[in-house]
Amino acid sequence: MISFDRVSVTYHGAAHPTIRDVTLEIGEGELWLVAGPTGSGKTTLLRTINGLVPHFTGGLLSGTVRVAGRNPRDHPPRELADLVGFVAQDPAHGFVTDTVEEELAYAMEQLAVPPAVMRTRVEETLDLLGIADLRGRPLRDLSGGQQQRVAIGSVLTAGPRILVLDEPTSALDPTAAEEVLAAILRLVHDLGMTVVLAEHRLERAVQYADRLIQLSADGMARSGDPQALLADGDIVPPVVELGRLAGWEPLPLSIRDARGRASDIRDRLVRPLTAERRGDGPIAMAASGVSVRYGSIVAVRDVSVDLREGEVTVLMGRNGSGKSSLLWALRGVGRRSAGRVLVGGVDPASVGDDDARRLVGLVPQAPGDLLYLETVAAECERADLDAGASAGTTRTLLDELQEGIRSDAHPRDLSEGQRLALVLAIQLAAAPAAILLDEPTRGLDYPTKRRFAGILRTLARSGHAVLVATHDVELAASVAERVLVLAAGDLVADGSPEEVLTASPALAPQVAKVIGPGWLTVDQIREAMLSGVKAEAGR
Amino acid sequence: MGERLGSGATPRTVHPGAWWIWAIGLAIAASATTNPLLLGLIIGVVALVVQARREDAPWGRGFGLYLRVGLLIVVLRVGLRIFFGGEYGTTVLFTLPEIPLPDWVAGIRIGGEVTAESILAAFYDGLRLATIVICFGAANSLANPKRLLRLLPNALYEVGAAVTVALSMAPQLAESVARVRRARRLRSGRGGPRAVLLPVLEDALDRSVSLAAAMDARGYGRSAGESAARRRATAGLLILGLLGASIGLYALLDASAPVPFGAPTLGVGLALVVVGIWTAGRRTRHTHYRDDPWAAAEWAIVASTGAALALLVLGASIDPASLHPSLVPLEWPTLAMLPTVGVLVAGLPAVLAPMPPLRAALAESTPTVTPAASTVQP
Repeated sequence: MISFDRVSVTYHGAAHPTIRDVTLEIGEGELWLVAGPTGSGKTTLLRTINGLVPHFTGGLLSGTVRVAGRNPRDHPPRELADLVGFVAQDPAHGFVTDTVEEELAYAMEQLAVPPAVMRTRVEETLDLLGIADLRGRPLRDLSGGQQQRVAIGSVLTAGPRILVLDEPTSALDPTAAEEVLAAILRLVHDLGMTVVLAEHRLERAVQYADRLIQLSADGMARSGDPQALLADGDIVPPVVELGRLAGWEPLPLSIRDARGRASDIRDRLVRPLTAERRGDGPIAMAASGVSVRYGSIVAVRDVSVDLREGEVTVLMGRNGSGKSSLLWALRGVGRRSAGRVLVGGVDPASVGDDDARRLVGLVPQAPGDLLYLETVAAECERADLDAGASAGTTRTLLDELQEGIRSDAHPRDLSEGQRLALVLAIQLAAAPAAILLDEPTRGLDYPTKRRFAGILRTLARSGHAVLVATHDVELAASVAERVLVLAAGDLVADGSPEEVLTASPALAPQVAKVIGPGWLTVDQIREAMLSGVKAEAGR
Repeated sequence: MGERLGSGATPRTVHPGAWWIWAIGLAIAASATTNPLLLGLIIGVVALVVQARREDAPWGRGFGLYLRVGLLIVVLRVGLRIFFGGEYGTTVLFTLPEIPLPDWVAGIRIGGEVTAESILAAFYDGLRLATIVICFGAANSLANPKRLLRLLPNALYEVGAAVTVALSMAPQLAESVARVRRARRLRSGRGGPRAVLLPVLEDALDRSVSLAAAMDARGYGRSAGESAARRRATAGLLILGLLGASIGLYALLDASAPVPFGAPTLGVGLALVVVGIWTAGRRTRHTHYRDDPWAAAEWAIVASTGAALALLVLGASIDPASLHPSLVPLEWPTLAMLPTVGVLVAGLPAVLAPMPPLRAALAESTPTVTPAASTVQP
């Protein structure tokens, strides 16, 4: 269906090709998963399939791509719309019309499909994706998962045989991600659609993939059977890591595969006696009765929570459950309809911006919003001035968070992880007692996420109270010492990660699903196996 | 045309053209009068219809904004008149300290005597402008402006698409500015306008590029194998035609130009434009999904505004003073029978037009909230 023969893409002005010598043969009706670290060319690879590279982006493409007999080099993307459906990363940015039905019809209007055919195809697509009840709804009022399914539907109506999706679940909470993946699987199984999918969170998708393409940072690609490819390499989901640790052959890719074989290690696990206990640091931030209302909509209802120094607290909940509203209300910049927040006896909402950020620092969901200068060095100097810190403070903090960020680099050219580190360093320069982070790991690969988890723990050890809002359960499992769950604005759970994260399947990390309640991360299992071995030897 | 009117009508989207004609009719009515009572009545009728028949969607939630713009217009108009008032009328209400100006700015005065006549004149004038703005706001809230653009002839499809995209960019830009301004406070709020402008521009650019990529990938701009020669011929026709039409129009309006020259040039120019649009229209091939029907409700809406205008004109011919209350001498404005009835007739679509589908569904699922009771959101 799709074949790549020694394909390389070099963008204008780039010293090295973004993807290099990629050779692939994708069969009809297969589901291929594209994995690789940030910046390894996943999006570029996907865009060569429908001709956006090089027609839309520019750059030099060498080698041959063939898609169902057509060469995308000779056909611009619009001529391939009836063959390849392409769904970009942020569906809301690609919407042209206002309502679900019109959006589904848009591609067909461009292809001059007769109105009667349009009506039936829209109906089929609505049913296929389970969005029939959204038919007339305005696109802006939809949730993230709904928008993603509408975006998929909007390319399906053109009748393509190939569907290309760029990180379809990265912005979604676990439940919404399940819905989107289920819809994609239905297309593969029921319609024989060929699907190529890029995804950072392998734990969500790898079990469904027929084939895996692994891109490395230098643009080289390996492709083949997921189990074989995942046996080495450092971008693997927790269940595979667990399988490697336990020496299972073949490697499990899904919970189901792993669960059956987990019994043999389950008995060997000895829970470490000196589990770190928390909840004894002094209270850094005391919030009581915080509510946020927008008109008639209640985003946060009467939330009271104390954050302690030295503790990483994770705030979880569905998309739209009020996590961001709560963070902004705690910081004192966002709307707060009721309640008070005290940090060192002062409410950050009652003092000026300069004083407030010495009490609480917030890293917003789009960290780039805070950056406006030409170089990293200029941003750091400005941050020292703004915070009244001694010169070089921010740069030192940045180096502690992440080494190797060049001073003369433009902040826009940094990778997502580097930009996050820069904004975090800027906020830390004011030495706040509490630091809040809104959805920090969106778009980060596993190694970056692991490093970032380390950063959060270091921050807490150095005496900050840390609150992270996220729907990434694996991140929560690896850093949380306390978990809060918001549902429709109410605080519905507050407890240790062992209790809260294993209580519901939507929040449970893979390790908990495989081994059982009480276990959260592969590192825990590794330690427990080691102490199990020691216990055996000591007997 | 077997459609029922009124509350029994099946919920559906009304043809956007009908709402626009209705609103333009009322705007014309408003422009014909300075009677504040009549203008107030028009605003009331427009607000009533919007409240009763707007869709529960983003474009249906903006009416409050237009009301506020209207208020701003009135306040500005009256405020300016108080400070830069001319000598008009004799009923002095109060006297502001006057700033002496040099002779060469004769005719402009700052401060001085403020008369009731001049304030009222400014108020009437401002209210008239505000009413016109509110009428257009009503059209925007009742009919999705993007659906109106779909009515453009095929030749103007690209123009329509560009305007559509621009229309969606505006609210996104506003959101993005609000978000960045809020984020800036996290960093002491310094950095000047640049600190807001740069991230906002970057955001807008990113969005535009993603939108363009998405449109391209979904087949926007597929050509139906048009030859370059024909494309050039079409463009030539359009340019020549527009040029001819402009010259002709100028000649017609300019009294010194020889009259026989104007009309034919205008005619030939317009004919060329029509031919150009026709050939261009054959170039791009599109189909339309669910064109809005023009049925009984649309006729009723257009008829209501037509009746209003007719009654207004009739009323004006009987009693011209009723549309323009006298300022010198000061008189209390009164409502004449015919114009009042006319404006009230224009309010009939509030019951005659079918309910929009989403609002109807909402009313069904929550029977306690009747649509009439729900308020227009600001």
